[in-house]
Amino acid sequence: MSFATELRCRECHRVYPLQALHACEFCFGPLEVVYDYEALRKHVSRRRIEAGPPTLWRYRDFLPCDADAAIDIGAGFTPLIHAKNLGKVLGLPKLYLKNDTVNPTWSFKDRVVAVAATRARELGFQKLACASTGNLANSVSAHAAAAGMEAIVFIPADLEEGKIVGSSIYGPTLVKVRGNYDAVNRLCAELAGAYNWAFVNVNVRPYYSEGSKTLGFEVAEQLGWRAPDHCVVPIASGSLFVKIRKGLNELARVGLIEEPRTRMSGAQAAGCSPVATAWAERSMNFRPQKPNTIAKSLAIGNPADGYYALVQLRDTNGDCGSVTDDEIVEGMKLLAETEGIFAETAGGVTVASLKQLVERGSIHPDELVVAFITGAGFKTIDAVAGRLKPALEIDANLESFERAYGALLHTGVA
Amino acid sequence: MAVKRVRFTFPEELIREPIIYRLGHEFRVITNIRMADVDEHTGWVILELEGDPDEIERSLRWAEAQGVRVDPITGDVVEG
Repeated sequence: MSFATELRCRECHRVYPLQALHACEFCFGPLEVVYDYEALRKHVSRRRIEAGPPTLWRYRDFLPCDADAAIDIGAGFTPLIHAKNLGKVLGLPKLYLKNDTVNPTWSFKDRVVAVAATRARELGFQKLACASTGNLANSVSAHAAAAGMEAIVFIPADLEEGKIVGSSIYGPTLVKVRGNYDAVNRLCAELAGAYNWAFVNVNVRPYYSEGSKTLGFEVAEQLGWRAPDHCVVPIASGSLFVKIRKGLNELARVGLIEEPRTRMSGAQAAGCSPVATAWAERSMNFRPQKPNTIAKSLAIGNPADGYYALVQLRDTNGDCGSVTDDEIVEGMKLLAETEGIFAETAGGVTVASLKQLVERGSIHPDELVVAFITGAGFKTIDAVAGRLKPALEIDANLESFERAYGALLHTGVA
Repeated sequence: MAVKRVRFTFPEELIREPIIYRLGHEFRVITNIRMADVDEHTGWVILELEGDPDEIERSLRWAEAQGVRVDPITGDVVEG
């Protein structure tokens, strides 16, 4: 059973049934799942959650679908690491990393898709669809395969082969759409309206986005049932950024943690920074941008939850980093070399933004900070190829090795 | 006949131009402004367009050629 009761418009508060709806018919505001928090409060406990499975389904009571019928490929409950080495470099002794690179398809998208797919099947959909350049496509394809649903995945026609394989291995119907980004985007919005499919981030978006709350739940539980002082989160659509805080708020609302005072800061690539740019101008209206960054997984020029991300930055006394492609690569290297985590470009954005926010005094050294690393580096190898220390190439004898290694020692870069 | 909802975002140089009026005259589409926020620097309009699907597409391409950004009202649908 679920404690979800209805969908409600975030803007005008009109109420809708728990169906495949995503925008208010009157004001076009986004719809959000509402729960019976009084009943939830009586039902949940720390012990009940701790006795649950080591996946996001341990938080089943807070999700808008029946977990007994979950499409579960093991998403969630990823490690929270005390990042002592990176913290030392950045001057943050209480820095933690939420390592979501280790999800089943190696990104946090498994959280949102697990919930969307489960709810979609409950609602009677046979087909699970999305439009994606990477992580989302991988996750939709994998979850549909496990659920015995048909996956229909739309991708831009010029997407690199490596990214296609990560989806096509699961056997979806892949549709390559010719055209520029805006045209592909518009077509997919139209398709979502024209076909009776579950388009995970369109008509089942209210359920989909609830999956991101589980990052907030996990961090609080893994910190010993307390909210962090400060979260640093990459911003693409803005949904993840908003929902992590919603997760913390819900835990407090049902009495599992103290009222959170968590500051929420964002991280964007300078080449696609509608939220960071508006924030820097102290505006609550972002202007859509044409993305031009190596951080493709964050390249959303017209973020659906951009406004709400700005509201949250303001209300929690946060800040928003904006980092160049070079800084992103340096961030990826810094994370890997200090903590042994190979993150995709979005992780580089987060680490580089973390550094930027510390340098401008927006993060205090005594804060307990959690930075969210949302996808694995093997997805974006091209971003760092050619920018790493080259290998030594030797003949198969000791002398050759000693000559090469000796030269390396001599130059002082070993 | 089809109905399509889109979001127009106007750059500052187009704020004074009667783009939606011209679109309704140059193409056989019915325009219906459902929401809008326009000031002296920028503006957005949620617009319903009713007409033949191809004609709607042609009108949107024309608007883009004028310098208007045209998006789905839901924000970007394509994600990383």
